[in-house]
Amino acid sequence: MTLASRRSLTAYTFLALPLVFFICVRFGPMIYMTAMSFTNWGLLRRKSEFIGLENYVNVLSDPVFLKALGNTLQYAFIGAPIVIVLGLCIALLLDAIPKGKGLFRLIYVLPYITPVVAVSWVWRWMYQPPPLGVINLVLGALGLPAGEFLNSPNQALPSIMGVNVWVELGYCSTIFLAGLQTIPKELHEAARIDGATGRQVLFKVTIPLLAPITFFLTVMEGIQFLRIFTQVYNMSFQAMGGPLDSAKSAALYIYQKAFNNFEMAQAGSASIILFAIIMAVTLVQMKFLDRKVNY
Amino acid sequence: MKRLRGALLLIALLSLAAGISAQTVTITYWQYFFETKVKLVDELIKNFEKANPGIKVEQVTFPYETFNQKAAASIPAGEGPDVITLFYGWLPMYVKAGYLQELPKSDFNKEYFDKNFYSFVAESVDFGGKYYSVPTAVRTLALIWNKKLFKDAGFDPEKPPKTLDELAAYARKLSKYDAQGNLVQAGMAMQPTGQGHSWIREVLFRQFGNVPYSADYKKVGYADAKAAEALKWYTDLIVKDKVGYPNFVTDDVTAFRSGKAAMNVDGSFRIAALKAVKDLEWGAAELPSHNGVKSNYASYWTHGIVDGVKGKRLEASIKFLKYITSPEVQELWLQRVGELPATPSLSEKYKEDPFISPFLKGLAYAKASLFIDEAGQRNVMVDAVDEVYLKKVDPLQALKNAAAKEQKLIDNFWK
Repeated sequence: MTLASRRSLTAYTFLALPLVFFICVRFGPMIYMTAMSFTNWGLLRRKSEFIGLENYVNVLSDPVFLKALGNTLQYAFIGAPIVIVLGLCIALLLDAIPKGKGLFRLIYVLPYITPVVAVSWVWRWMYQPPPLGVINLVLGALGLPAGEFLNSPNQALPSIMGVNVWVELGYCSTIFLAGLQTIPKELHEAARIDGATGRQVLFKVTIPLLAPITFFLTVMEGIQFLRIFTQVYNMSFQAMGGPLDSAKSAALYIYQKAFNNFEMAQAGSASIILFAIIMAVTLVQMKFLDRKVNY
Repeated sequence: MKRLRGALLLIALLSLAAGISAQTVTITYWQYFFETKVKLVDELIKNFEKANPGIKVEQVTFPYETFNQKAAASIPAGEGPDVITLFYGWLPMYVKAGYLQELPKSDFNKEYFDKNFYSFVAESVDFGGKYYSVPTAVRTLALIWNKKLFKDAGFDPEKPPKTLDELAAYARKLSKYDAQGNLVQAGMAMQPTGQGHSWIREVLFRQFGNVPYSADYKKVGYADAKAAEALKWYTDLIVKDKVGYPNFVTDDVTAFRSGKAAMNVDGSFRIAALKAVKDLEWGAAELPSHNGVKSNYASYWTHGIVDGVKGKRLEASIKFLKYITSPEVQELWLQRVGELPATPSLSEKYKEDPFISPFLKGLAYAKASLFIDEAGQRNVMVDAVDEVYLKKVDPLQALKNAAAKEQKLIDNFWK
């Protein structure tokens, strides 16, 4: 056995254990769930029978699920781009300041390392209507009308999305900042010497060179927003997903089907649908965004 | 030889010990976590074990939010309890699933329930002549009011409103606003997610002349003009009179406790908790009437024996069930928790208690909605209120939507 093959054998051995774990707790249940989504499995039913696509038909014709799907897409297609753009802006600013970079970075990353449940409850309280909520207190002091936030079917979703943007911003700006620091200074200098303006440097050098990072973050944030759950669960009254389901995400719908209604198979079919959507979105992103740029 | 004799003696002793322990039966009892109830049951178990040597009872509790999940997941796995306390609104679901066993007819039959319990209890635990559970206590709704806020608004603190019209007039005067017109003190807490949905469903609808359900609760009947008038009365308090709105100061209970809501409709289970709040002077009164009609909503938690419990454990479970529903325990339950005895005759001596009597009076004419999916059905009514108040949907249309949704839930359950 050569040294190289012995080395790779060692690597395989070490990788095998997590793989077994991964197969048991990830793929196993996924395959089981897929199979069960074609039955009428429920916690309150003794026997499950094969019922074909009935769960899929039921779930897809449930107006609440369609509403939750629509909400989920709003979270992802509005929330994720905002996070990416803001994250990049903050990283660029952080990169530009000579002093206190560490402190600012810490401040931006704090929300991300705080438990989401705590963040959600603090915001839930800040969003409270007068006379309790801090935000409305400020609005009132400025003589402005009170915002309804989580109590309004139009504002609940943006209010929750805003919190998630605030949380994810810390992560995105940190990764972007790390990316910015890997761009060789010579490239910027060369561009400057060639007479490029600041804007040209940004759009022709910096942003293209950040492409792999941007791609990574787009995929990660896309998934993050598509499976949004904890914020919605904790920030809506009785965990119902906002007034009239206005902020309910697909993940919360799945949770409620499974653990409030005990309809495991229906929850399973809804999970498969969400899984397919996340997969499709990610594949599209990979096709169009995964480009290597070299100078 | 000596050694052999010693060994034989040891074996004899061991088998004796094993024989004794085989005679001891341990049963597990589950209820949701409600502090006063859990403490009381701990004591009851001690009394029960003393009176029944050879039976041990283990109490296990879970938070209300996850109780149903735990029960539904553990019973089929065979890891559940022997005796379990469930909300009556969950009963049809568990009975249909076959998770509870029929109680022995010799002890628990129609005659027993008709003789010992309020009629709404007897009706709602009867599943085609079969009985699966027995309650200890029942609860009703009452109007509770803050005496200090009444005084501040110039009302007699001992005279709560008696009719719905009076209630609305009082609520308007008891509401306070800031410079921007934001509500800072609610005249009346408006919280359909709390007891509000039951107040609408079983009380307001009936008071406006509607019959919300067929007698067997299999047909929804509130999608008509009369019920719409009731819903309009309720939502007008939010939209037009602005005396309160859902989630004001978190929820109705918090708002009332903190003196931010002058009136609320709440259940008898709140008596002990509200009495414990410092500086809160409050009173309880029968729910306001309308058009001369009185109505109330009753509910209860009820104890059953899980399917699959057999032999000695079943015998022990039945003994325990009988004990925790005995008159003696029912009275303790009232004193320590605030829930009313499920046996009418036991409440006689509390007729004069200012806090308990209004709830007791309500029992005489209360209805217990037969829920098949309590959370789902609650949500339907909450959505109806939200549609009117947040989306300006016409009350009748909102009720039509609600009735269609609830009918679907009911039909799916019984099909």
